[in-house]
Amino acid sequence: MTELISTDNATNGILSKDLLAGLRVVVGLMIPESHEYQVPGADDEKIFNDIAGSIGDEAEILKRGLDNLEELAQEAFNCRLVNAASEDLPGLMATFKSADREFIKALTSLVASCYYRDDRVMKSLGMERRPPFPNGFEVEQGDWSLLDPVRARGKLYRDVTASEKNDT
Amino acid sequence: MQKDPVDVLIIGAGASGAAVAFSLAETRMKIVCLEQGDWTNPAQYPSTGRDWEARHFGDFNINPNKRRARADYPINVTDSPISVANFNGVGGGTVLYAGHFPRFHPSDFRVKSLDGVAEDWPIDYDFLEPYYNQNDRMMGVSGLSGDPAYPPKQSSMPPLPLGKSGQTLARGFNKLGWHWWPSDSAIASQEYDGRPGCVNLGACTSGCAEGAKASTDITYWPAAIRAGVELRTGCRVREITVDKKGRATGVIYYDEAGTEQVLKAHVVVLACNGVGTPRLLLNSRSESFPDGLANTSGLVGRNLMFHPYASIQGIFDEEQDGYRGPGNCIWSQEFYETDASRGFVRGYTYEIVRGRGPVATAIAGMLSGRVAWGADHHAQIRSMFNRVTGMVAICEDLPEEHNTVTLDPILKDADGIPAPKINYTLSENSRKMLSHAVSRATELLITAGARDVMTEAPIGAGGWHLMGTARMGTDPEKSVVNEWGRSHDVRNLFIVDGSIFVTSAGVNPTRTIQALALYVADSMKKRLDNLFD
Ligand SMILES: Cc1cc2nc3c(=O)[nH]c(=O)nc-3n(C[C@H](O)[C@H](O)[C@H](O)COP(=O)(O)OP(=O)(O)OC[C@H]3O[C@@H](n4cnc5c(N)ncnc54)[C@H](O)[C@@H]3O)c2cc1C
Ligand code: SF4
Repeated sequence: MTELISTDNATNGILSKDLLAGLRVVVGLMIPESHEYQVPGADDEKIFNDIAGSIGDEAEILKRGLDNLEELAQEAFNCRLVNAASEDLPGLMATFKSADREFIKALTSLVASCYYRDDRVMKSLGMERRPPFPNGFEVEQGDWSLLDPVRARGKLYRDVTASEKNDT
Repeated sequence: MQKDPVDVLIIGAGASGAAVAFSLAETRMKIVCLEQGDWTNPAQYPSTGRDWEARHFGDFNINPNKRRARADYPINVTDSPISVANFNGVGGGTVLYAGHFPRFHPSDFRVKSLDGVAEDWPIDYDFLEPYYNQNDRMMGVSGLSGDPAYPPKQSSMPPLPLGKSGQTLARGFNKLGWHWWPSDSAIASQEYDGRPGCVNLGACTSGCAEGAKASTDITYWPAAIRAGVELRTGCRVREITVDKKGRATGVIYYDEAGTEQVLKAHVVVLACNGVGTPRLLLNSRSESFPDGLANTSGLVGRNLMFHPYASIQGIFDEEQDGYRGPGNCIWSQEFYETDASRGFVRGYTYEIVRGRGPVATAIAGMLSGRVAWGADHHAQIRSMFNRVTGMVAICEDLPEEHNTVTLDPILKDADGIPAPKINYTLSENSRKMLSHAVSRATELLITAGARDVMTEAPIGAGGWHLMGTARMGTDPEKSVVNEWGRSHDVRNLFIVDGSIFVTSAGVNPTRTIQALALYVADSMKKRLDNLFD
């Protein structure tokens, strides 16, 4: 694994280097590399640096979750997450996924936000590698004759009779 | 800068503040608007960057408690299943709104007479129609005339495109024989009044960088400022002051530097929305008004209505519009008017949500267990990406006095002003309506070809419509302002925002909020010689 470029700054020091290393293991489990779709995993250096650099208000929630995961790894395998055997990790994560929903939500938003804006991933999804503005996108007009049966059905709104009126 | 005292002081530069400022400008009175937020710069809206979806969770979060900008005030929502969504800045909520722009129906103003619930409005659809039309011209409305769910009305521009999503769902509606129609939308489908047409950026709820969406910072405000209105940003009003006779004399506010300032005014107009307005009134206690300004009815902050929302999204095998195009597309009012056989009174609108981007798809997929962690992730996300379309249901929320905005005893904003606290519970009627909306929409999606359906009801983050907390009426014991927006208690105090709604209808409120603001302004103009009688 390559070294991370900038981590402490991004999380204001809330996540230690060790916890970030654990986070990298976890995100790689969530979205691994795929040769079939020609996409990197979320633990790819560029993507993970984006992830680490994008941790903001959720740093405390992530720290809590990662601390707990490290504890579980110690109990189960007597080692840190980074050193656990890769075949053991999915089982550990499955137990943990249902335990701390807030952590899983924060982690999912963070990882998805960074992974799905990577050039290689967007290309694999068939997207142009650019922001929406200024070029925008094409949306077809569609077949307006679909409205014909609705027109044929006639008035739907409820009348308000004079006695129910009460103007100023 | 305008010297004291001003003729009219407007507080809040959102949907209604902009409309009332524009309308009053022709009187040539000295008009100043104080707004706690700033102007936004469209060149910095999320759609201009690759991180456009991520910024929904950051500086463009719809939840002020998460966004936490200088202009935002915290809102205690621990006792509400629905949290408040807003934007504090020039344009107010319209900077982030989706631009769904329905009108109320004639029946919406007469719920007591027709259905025996809540209260009737003191005005009706026909009365408000000219103000709807005036507002439509300023904002620009895309749509198609002839909707059988409404009395005849014109649109300024052709409707937004149906697209793949619209056609898929329209076919489903047709199979079931249900109503649908192109949505009225405050998004320009072509160039309108110097604004460009929509280019389908698909990020309307984090600001329109193209300028196609009618937020009031680019519609009413430039015109109002040209006509002489002064708009001061970064100015947060702490309280409205009163004299011994119980007349409003002006306000105390904090300027951009946090310095306390006083501004005297002959007339004060509140446009701070259904949470900001009761908060300010309750913060304006005095000897004459110990329970908060304009509150002898005890109704300031009561009858809060949100519109409980349900989200019902289908996953299809065929590609839909996905991240392309504005969310607005078509709507259905098949279940709008009361039908006693459904087990609830009043009804709801379905608004089609065209699709979502890759980040939102991945998050929904992973959190709902439809997209796995691990090797299967890639195939599963591809079976959802650009294949999700569906709708939200906007349920009519009936006024209940126990749904309130009060002052939090502890929480304060950055200027030390007490923050609002929300107490809100879903009524039995709302629960039944939500459940009906979810099951009928599921039927529709399956009919349209969906292989799977995802639902959420109520949408916890969906408190974007804030209504009813200073309602209008002719009886001072049952309302806060009279039938033309003037406080029953304080004769030079007016309210023009969503707080004055008597009932909520089952549609988005902003077109009606603005029509009411124009109506209140017109009432003031017609009575200038005896405004305080
Ligand atoms: C994400 C989102 C999507 C939405 N989508 C739709 C939609 O599709 N259709 C629709 O009809 N509506 C929609 N809405 C709701 C719409 O934005 C509001 O109905 C509308 O903006 C309310 O208008 P208003 O004038 O009552 O208040 P606002 O527009 O909220 O304006 C109030 C202004 O007052 C200012 N203010 C408050 N307190 C103070 C103070 N003490 N001192 C100084 N200034 C103050 C605020 O900063 C704010 O700018 C949406 C809202 C959001 C957040
Ligand atoms: S879809 Fe249209 S209205 Fe929405 S942000 Fe893009 S250009 Fe603006």
